[in-house]
Amino acid sequence: MRLNVDSLSVIYPAADGRPPVAALSQINLTIEDDEFVVALGASGCGKSTLLNLIAGFLSPTSGSLKLDDKLVSGPGADRAVVFQKHALLPWLNVLDNVAFGLQIQGVGKNARHETADKFIGLLGLNGFQQSPVYKLSGGMQQRVGIARALTCDPKILLMDEPLGALDALTREKAQELILNIWNDTHKSVFFITHSVEEALFMGTKLIVMSPRPGRIMHTFDLPFSREFLNGTPARQVKASREFICLREDVLKIIFADEEQAA
Amino acid sequence: MTDKISSPPRDAAGLIARLSRARPTRPGEIYGVPGQGNTLWLSACSIALFFFVWWLVTAMGWVKPLFVPSPMEIVAKFISIWNNGFIGTSFLDHLTISTVRVFGAFLLACVIGLPLGLAMGMSPVMRGIFDPPIEFYRPIPPLAYLPLMIIWFGIGETSKVLLIFLSVFAPVVLGARSGVKSAAIEQIHAAYSFGATRWQVMRYVIMPSAMPEILTAMRIGIGFGWTTLVAAEMVAATKGLGYMVLSASQFLQTPIVIMGIFVIAIIAFAFDLLMRFVERRLVPWKGRM
Repeated sequence: MRLNVDSLSVIYPAADGRPPVAALSQINLTIEDDEFVVALGASGCGKSTLLNLIAGFLSPTSGSLKLDDKLVSGPGADRAVVFQKHALLPWLNVLDNVAFGLQIQGVGKNARHETADKFIGLLGLNGFQQSPVYKLSGGMQQRVGIARALTCDPKILLMDEPLGALDALTREKAQELILNIWNDTHKSVFFITHSVEEALFMGTKLIVMSPRPGRIMHTFDLPFSREFLNGTPARQVKASREFICLREDVLKIIFADEEQAA
Repeated sequence: MTDKISSPPRDAAGLIARLSRARPTRPGEIYGVPGQGNTLWLSACSIALFFFVWWLVTAMGWVKPLFVPSPMEIVAKFISIWNNGFIGTSFLDHLTISTVRVFGAFLLACVIGLPLGLAMGMSPVMRGIFDPPIEFYRPIPPLAYLPLMIIWFGIGETSKVLLIFLSVFAPVVLGARSGVKSAAIEQIHAAYSFGATRWQVMRYVIMPSAMPEILTAMRIGIGFGWTTLVAAEMVAATKGLGYMVLSASQFLQTPIVIMGIFVIAIIAFAFDLLMRFVERRLVPWKGRM
């Protein structure tokens, strides 16, 4: 798997007397097999625009986007998306929500329920197959969303602030869960977050983005998720000296970029 | 002791003191959303009070029976009409013909209006074509175009059903049309990201998420249908509840007028209860996600 973003720009045309807006400008990014790329930045820096481009919901003004040397021209099952919220279908139970992607692809009922069951187990949702999704907690709803994204065996998972709506404690648990699943399934991940700590902890590669125009300002390689997966407890990783130093550095960069842009 | 603090004193004097105080709908929840709470008992009291005042006013002779007959007289009239019919037609026939007219028109409006509304919600072309005529006739009172209906479609069933149909049609179409917007963009994107076609997105995301608004629109629509019934049975009808009420009023038969009003209200209310039940069964997730 290799996702190639090559000098990608998105410019929203002038409207109502406002000048054209460059949502993204000259983005270059490569996501390789097994990579966990985290995009971090202030609101309006174009993180979500970038994710929507990779997902195929938007098309670029210029530049190209290739998945395994094939031009991305629209949404497709090789790129699964996990949304922040509102993406589950409340009229379906957990099992049918998880099996929804397979249903769209025309997989028969028994076969798709069997696959869905496997991922329900993987996400620790066993016993909730028949529960209506609107009765689940926010954390469990997100797990349903992740299970649904995994069922169609995508090449890359696109996660748009998947933990943004969770409380702090649930969020830490969910971070560990996602890392473990990433480790088990060997999917590439493109992950958006507002939280610097989350970004540093989860990613193997961090891109820091800056607004007006949206662009990638800095790229870091990160060791921390590997440390966690090698057995160091999460809090210990996050409390280590290297982690805290890098956290403060990244925060400084973001605030400096903000001031420059303003 | 904590119980005492979290719930206001129950022994406070009288109903008014209790009503004026914030009452918890659940234990401990005094400062909840305004307007929560069960109203069953108050509604029962309100109805009982209404009938009591009605009875009192007539029993004391404060108003002439021509203007307000007593409740017992209404019941007596109902029994007599049930047994002997009204102007040569049995009560059940009056009831049936009106119900068939209203529900026939309602079904027709749903069969045509729901797909049209969905299509208008999903396609600018359909919206562009059908929005002007619907918005044009929608605010016009049915009584205003009743003469046209009769000139065009005669004095038979067609014009009657059509009149009711038109009054149900507009709210049903508008409800289905705005229901299309109920789906969150994330739900739509999720379907597309699995490779869904446009048709699959409509079938599996847009239509189910429009269900709550469609059911509400149907409830509103049938209400309009009953409202239009009397107008539809104004001209050249010889049967029907609306006809019964109108001709009774011409002979100053106030008890029959009131009885007819009650019968219409009870049928409409019973159907609304049924629709609410259907709503709870079909869309228990309404407003919860």
